[in-house]
Amino acid sequence: MEYKRITLLCGHYGSGKTNVAVNMAFDLKKQYANTAIADLDIVNPYFRTKDSRQELERAGIRLICSEYAGSNVDIPAMPQQMYAVTDDKSLKSIVDVGGDDRGALALGRLAPAILEENDYHMLMVINRFRPLTPDAASTVEVLREIEQAGGIPFTGLVNNSNLGKETTPEQVLASCRYANEVSALCGLPVVCTTVEQSLYDRLKGSIEHLFPLKLQPKIN
Amino acid sequence: MSEKVLMKGNEAIAEAAIVAGCRHYFGYPITPQTEIAAYMAKRMPKIGGTFLQAESEIAAINMVYGVASTGHRVMTSSSSPGVSLKSEGISYLAGCDLPAFIVNVQRGGPGLGGIQPSQSDYFQATRGGGHGDYHMIVLAPSSVQEMADLTVKGFELADQYRMPTMILADGTMGQMMEPVSLDIKVKPAPEKPWATTGTKMQRKHNVVNSLLLSPEALERSNFERFERYKIVEENETLYEEYCMEDAEICIAAFGIAARVSKNAINEARSQGIKAGMIRPITLWPFPKKPFAEAANRVKQIISVELSMGQMIEDVQLASGGKVPVTLCNRVGGMIPSPEQVLDAIKAANNGGAK
Repeated sequence: MEYKRITLLCGHYGSGKTNVAVNMAFDLKKQYANTAIADLDIVNPYFRTKDSRQELERAGIRLICSEYAGSNVDIPAMPQQMYAVTDDKSLKSIVDVGGDDRGALALGRLAPAILEENDYHMLMVINRFRPLTPDAASTVEVLREIEQAGGIPFTGLVNNSNLGKETTPEQVLASCRYANEVSALCGLPVVCTTVEQSLYDRLKGSIEHLFPLKLQPKIN
Repeated sequence: MSEKVLMKGNEAIAEAAIVAGCRHYFGYPITPQTEIAAYMAKRMPKIGGTFLQAESEIAAINMVYGVASTGHRVMTSSSSPGVSLKSEGISYLAGCDLPAFIVNVQRGGPGLGGIQPSQSDYFQATRGGGHGDYHMIVLAPSSVQEMADLTVKGFELADQYRMPTMILADGTMGQMMEPVSLDIKVKPAPEKPWATTGTKMQRKHNVVNSLLLSPEALERSNFERFERYKIVEENETLYEEYCMEDAEICIAAFGIAARVSKNAINEARSQGIKAGMIRPITLWPFPKKPFAEAANRVKQIISVELSMGQMIEDVQLASGGKVPVTLCNRVGGMIPSPEQVLDAIKAANNGGAK
């Protein structure tokens, strides 16, 4: 992946933003020394970037997240250090934004600085197996809502179509058509298609810009 | 929607409720079940249904009471502290013999507690919670697919027996994402001649009320209700047995605890220990029979719970004191690990009842 100074990940609730964000942070770290991942999720108190804290710290990736993430303090709090994302120009960062338009509201404070610097990617994570975004029209509807709330125009799409453990290579291949339809409807490029590591080798070569994902550990 | 979709447990409940014909949702947000309300807020207006965020849980359950009186399928959802607030209304629903569907995605308690998963509302769900002699049918899913399937079943049972039905899940079940098929067959709702739908001057008016003026009549209504409960106990008890054919150690677990236990049992089996599990799917009516039978052939029963030991009382009653019943638990939002359950299985296998 090619990264700008700031990579913002938005999308429909449950589309897999946090998982993609954590994996992109590791990928970014391979290319740049001074990297960070910022958790601006004000919607979901359950699955957080902070769940991967140990792995991120071990890799030397700075974690910018609310003190309260992962605790019982159930309030939509912004991280104290969130301005490091815009103010520290030597820092390359991945920003994990909360789901839907409600989550994108958190971008409001950062949007003017991000737009002024103009060195960002604003990526929409899409999954056609989520029940409220099964086709291009419904996906672009959510995309527009997020853009409206976040105040930053999207620059690309991340096709994260998956059915969890039941995902087959055929489904991923078929999802590329969906991603292209979304792309055609909104005029944004598909910057990558993500697949779980075990499927990566089987699909390598047959999908453009394939990005392998290591799933965040969670209880089963 | 015949193709599988990737859903959170909470979303699966919401969509399955719509599949079941529910067009009226009343609730008040609380973690970890807010996705149910959020999903309903998006979907209900598109299909001509009602989503209403009430001013409180008490208001929401009384709105449920109102719609239930008209015979329409209706639901509310909350998490532990919110369900405490709804308990008075649930008692009224039971006292009026009204079908209604209630979801409790439990979190750690008591009090405001925390937002992480728990199973410590077992007593509240199975013993009433509200006042008076009554029961709810309590369904305990342990996968996202079951969240959907048991939601449909919950609406059907509520209508069939004219009683409130509850899904008792927990934060993990509500938040986890799994593939789910919503291609679920729904039985048509039965006739509801008792519903307050307007007489059109063609029949006597119906009354929905839990106040009975004479103690004789109130006693009679209690007796009649419990005759119905007896039928529910006979016909609607659900459970799953896992590796129980030759089991010497029996795990009792529901919901998320059953998923963890399954992993522990598989590991125990690979180490040559004959472990198995009885997983109650209905917590009320409780599956007494399989535990009574297991008590004749296993060495020990281990109740794995995210509580200080609540279901264990039903397991002890059902197994009639024939074998030791021990507890393996975590509380306060923590979940037992497969290793912890495996250790308990090993200890039991070595003959050590704690």
